[in-house]
Amino acid sequence: MRRYLICLIYTLAFTFGAAAQDHSGHNHDHSGHDHSHHGHDHAGHNHGSHEGHNHSTGCGAHAHEFDPGALAIHHIGDANVYSIGPLNIPLPCILYNKDLGWKVFMSSKFGIGHHGDGHYAIDGYVLDGGSVKRVQDASFPMGKVEVNGFIHGKDESGKFMSSVCYNETLYSLDAKSTADGGIFGGGITSFYDLSITKNVTAMLIVCFLLGLAFFGAAKKYRNNAGKAPSGLQNLLEVFIVFIRDEVAKPFLGHHWAKFLPFLLAIFFFIVGLNLFGQIPFLGGANATGNLAVTMVLAIFAFIVTNINGNAHYWKHLLLAEGTPSFVKPILIPVEILGLFIKPLTLMLRLFANITAGHMVIIIFVSFIFIFGQSGANPVGGYGAAIGSTLLTMFMMAIELIVAFVQAFVFTILTASYLGAATEEAH
Amino acid sequence: MTGSIASIGMGIAVIGAAMGIGNIGAKAMEAIARQPEAVGDIRANMILMAAFIEGAALIAIILSFLVAN
Repeated sequence: MRRYLICLIYTLAFTFGAAAQDHSGHNHDHSGHDHSHHGHDHAGHNHGSHEGHNHSTGCGAHAHEFDPGALAIHHIGDANVYSIGPLNIPLPCILYNKDLGWKVFMSSKFGIGHHGDGHYAIDGYVLDGGSVKRVQDASFPMGKVEVNGFIHGKDESGKFMSSVCYNETLYSLDAKSTADGGIFGGGITSFYDLSITKNVTAMLIVCFLLGLAFFGAAKKYRNNAGKAPSGLQNLLEVFIVFIRDEVAKPFLGHHWAKFLPFLLAIFFFIVGLNLFGQIPFLGGANATGNLAVTMVLAIFAFIVTNINGNAHYWKHLLLAEGTPSFVKPILIPVEILGLFIKPLTLMLRLFANITAGHMVIIIFVSFIFIFGQSGANPVGGYGAAIGSTLLTMFMMAIELIVAFVQAFVFTILTASYLGAATEEAH
Repeated sequence: MTGSIASIGMGIAVIGAAMGIGNIGAKAMEAIARQPEAVGDIRANMILMAAFIEGAALIAIILSFLVAN
């Protein structure tokens, strides 16, 4: 009975938090980039602080329809600012352009305003919605100049475009620089953004925490040799023994000891980032839901697999031993394609699972604004807030499972590829 | 209009994956019912097989996402 009561209280608290956001949101326009604090859960964020603020000065009002898709893509994306609620923590920007050379400065130089929009342009770079973009036009003044807000829309071909308003004129912006090939609006553009972004910060924090946990546990093993494990040591031992007995030993045979550190590193790095990205009200860095991050993890798996591949593996792959000769012309290209499809699916699986979970949560939260008609219909907003809070809590519980399952799947697949590469001839 | 057609493609890809993963789940449940002591092995292999199918579906979903953009 008490348990149900506690659940009910939590639900109500969450609902009121979510509804408060709806209530305070009625004064500013809900273009996709508005109300953009970087958590995946908006429940409880209060936006009352920027009521009545809008950027439109001279370049026309930019009141758009509320667009949940754009909101979701903005929130799962990387940023050059770490926003925790109303707090904008500046991060170092390291930018390269072949005409301008290297530019290194803190993103606070942009004068971070609401929704991560910068008030200033630095040498043609601007901060739009938390990410650095570059003005395409060469006539844009260099140095530090004040800009008057950003306008987002679609160009004639239906491509998503952003422009910055400076001196009563609109200048169109290059998309942000990402290594994911532009699936989410970025891509390789006129500049390279090698900054310590939000995701990089999250990875550094997770590495630090993991280091702390593991060095602590290692010290305990050294000091309390032969005694029962205690504290964090217990938790880590459960996972390490699980990976050793369920993943490394069955797939790798007698090679297991050689590859166990690699598998453990992958597992704990992924699980750490998955869980770190899910902590509410902590900025929600979506690092494992970023194609560049998962790509690097998959490339590591690819390199380790192929470096350790034995002669049997390469013969099987390149000569398709033991198959009739008329099948070989089909089988060999398929095997070679498979070599690259394996890391590709590793990359996509982790990315898509984490991203999809976060997107669903954002869409559930968006229901509040859709039903509340951006403040015009408070009753609908409050009604939807109850439903979407429950759905969001359910989804977060699912994501907690997914965080572990996807880390496990990545590890077990890496182990199975490694096992196939190191298997002796039979 | 390309967006809406791409989302139909996404849906078709998910149908295939759902059938596959559903089959794996059903067979795994049967196997566990027959041999409850092998539950650990069966579960690990079930997740592995589901992950393979998921990979194929994900490629289709990402491709349709790219087309939709």
